[in-house]
Amino acid sequence: MQNKEDRSAAWRDELRKSMKAKERTDIPRVHMPELDPVYRSHSRVEEVNLGLTAEMAMLEAKRCLDCANPTCMLGCPVGIDIPRFVKNIERGEFLEAAKTLKETSALPAVCGRVCPQEKQCEGQCMHLKMKKEPVAVGHLERFAADYERESGNISVPETAPANHIKIAVVGSGPAGLAFAGDMAKFGYEVVVFEALHEIGGVLKYGIPEFRLPNDIVDVEIQNLQSMGVHFVTNCVVGKTISIQDLEDDGFKGIFVASGAGLPRFMNIKGENLVGVMSSNEYLTRVNLMDAASEDSDTPVFKGKKVAIIGGGNTAMDSVRTARRLGAERAMIVYRRSEEEMPARVEEVKHAKEEGIDFLTLHNPIEYIGNEQGRVTQMLLQVMELGQPDASGRRSPIEIPGKTELIDVDMVVVSVGVSPNPLIPQSVKGLEVSKWGTVIVNNDTMQSAVPIIFAGGDIVRGGATVILAMGDGRRAAKAMDEWIKKG
Amino acid sequence: MNKIVSKEYFSANVIKFEVEAPLIAKARKAGHFVMVKVGLKGERIPLTIADADLQKGTITLVVQKMGVSSSKLCALEVGEYITDMVGPLGKATHIENFGTVVCACGGVGTAPMLPIVAALKKAGNKVVTVIAARTKDLIILEEQMREYSDEVIVMTDDGSYGNKGLVTNGVESVINREKVDLCVTIGPAIMMKFVSLLTKKYEVPTLASLNTIMVDGTGMCGACRVSVGGKTKFVCVDGPEFDAHLVDFDEMLMRLGGYRDIEREDMAKMA
Repeated sequence: MQNKEDRSAAWRDELRKSMKAKERTDIPRVHMPELDPVYRSHSRVEEVNLGLTAEMAMLEAKRCLDCANPTCMLGCPVGIDIPRFVKNIERGEFLEAAKTLKETSALPAVCGRVCPQEKQCEGQCMHLKMKKEPVAVGHLERFAADYERESGNISVPETAPANHIKIAVVGSGPAGLAFAGDMAKFGYEVVVFEALHEIGGVLKYGIPEFRLPNDIVDVEIQNLQSMGVHFVTNCVVGKTISIQDLEDDGFKGIFVASGAGLPRFMNIKGENLVGVMSSNEYLTRVNLMDAASEDSDTPVFKGKKVAIIGGGNTAMDSVRTARRLGAERAMIVYRRSEEEMPARVEEVKHAKEEGIDFLTLHNPIEYIGNEQGRVTQMLLQVMELGQPDASGRRSPIEIPGKTELIDVDMVVVSVGVSPNPLIPQSVKGLEVSKWGTVIVNNDTMQSAVPIIFAGGDIVRGGATVILAMGDGRRAAKAMDEWIKKG
Repeated sequence: MNKIVSKEYFSANVIKFEVEAPLIAKARKAGHFVMVKVGLKGERIPLTIADADLQKGTITLVVQKMGVSSSKLCALEVGEYITDMVGPLGKATHIENFGTVVCACGGVGTAPMLPIVAALKKAGNKVVTVIAARTKDLIILEEQMREYSDEVIVMTDDGSYGNKGLVTNGVESVINREKVDLCVTIGPAIMMKFVSLLTKKYEVPTLASLNTIMVDGTGMCGACRVSVGGKTKFVCVDGPEFDAHLVDFDEMLMRLGGYRDIEREDMAKMA
């Protein structure tokens, strides 16, 4: 929520009056400095976006009009007080800006890097109404969070006095972390149970280093630890311990954020050939298991002719990873056109700069292998666009008889995920949709089993980091009210 | 971190570990497996749980030294720790009184068969266990198997112990002499394939416990997928046990060999 009092503070009033709106909107939008595309397409772990300098950030912050009714905030799933943090950057109070972010977001350095801002805050920026480019809110968010981290002056958000009520969180991805952060602020004793050996969920196993370094995720996790959140790794709720065990152990509320478990395949011929894998498998090997490093015991294929099937962020992450691991030809195969691609605009831009081939309006119908069962070719159906479908996007239609055969030595299938079945399978009374998602009240995130709240991909099926975080925040607020009601 | 409390050599390359894991010991049932990772940069590998001791809070794993990861695990001594272990995973074996059950196991597959044999016996089945190995020294857990089985048939390829022949010869001899209601098989994929072909011929329902490549073991990666009755299934969450007559073992064998070249290079580096 916007803090109206803060908006009328003397410093901010003065800042607003120091420049005319026209002067602000006339400043061109900042360009994020980036690693050279040719260099970075061979550098596996170096981050592509280098971050803004203080001067760049302060100039960009000047572009913000500090609107009385900031529409940008309507686009933010976690409700960051955007004008306040931006204006703090403008006046050079970077630590104050970071503090503002952390009031509502458990992971500002993450969001500044991976949020689809063009569809959220920046997509609702006042500048767009004046046919100007929106304020680079995402870049500024990243700047403030990075500045704080690098300053060594990391502020720990204030927490209410401990109420000694135990709350369990299932899964340490973005929904679980956002929930844990808010509950810790409310004074609860929060324990997060993670199935894998690392904390962070999709932020660790899914999103590559070149887009979101693991070290940055770790700092955000340490921040939660200093707020008193406990983490237990290698523990699968529903398997190692049951929901009943948690209740018996005195947990008064359980937030299930177990994520999107099962990768989807297309059930086409040859999909089980060696060298065809899900993006979850490919990215987990490279990101979580560090399989491309010499000292890692986990193997990974380093394909030379790699096709990634799909047009989402995960597909972009996979194709750019394949390129970095030495693919001479790395292709995106997508059945619609570029316009319908669900990936962030920036990821598509970066992928193109790095020499990725985009085979849009193509859909795989068969994979062909050699005697050893290794994939060697893919047969693609050429498509065209028809009428808009249920998703509002123009639907892809086959052009009869038009196919193409393309050489590949690795295929990564990135056509979505289904919710993790472990919790829905193991908890009695939980209402589950036909897609396997947990059904909750959309306002409170409470499930049919009152003690269980849920959010993120286990509820949505497959969404973004920030939407998962928004769920976590809403669930925390609602669970806090539910517990207080008794 | 899970502490190793005992280590016993069944043979030079087959080792039995008891590992501290009180929560897993409490939750596990016959047929479950764990994911194990040794070292910070270790690989996650699936291992079926062979036994558990609730009082001691330990589980038993039997490991065969094969590649880099199993060799690193086998190098651990009593008092040392397995870096990461998570479980119990997969679906437990469906146990009921079927009648007469033949349990056909080979190599280290004998270890995860033990709790299944015990559970089947407890449920009132007549259990005939066939243990097979290349040679006498590789026959493991015979005594424990005798404790829970009505009969144990030992088969060795070279005839150095028990009967000379393959596991399938042992299974066939039972089928030929009495009505068998169910066969359960655990062992190398190639062995399970031939057990399955045999029992299909005699129309004996058969379960095979599959051990495929996995990364997370919780349904996330899909590396473990197999074709069962023409449908793709995930061994980690849909299995590890399936109707053997519906499993495409040839595809499974092909997928198991997927990383062989990389594995060979890594072993060479280690040596």
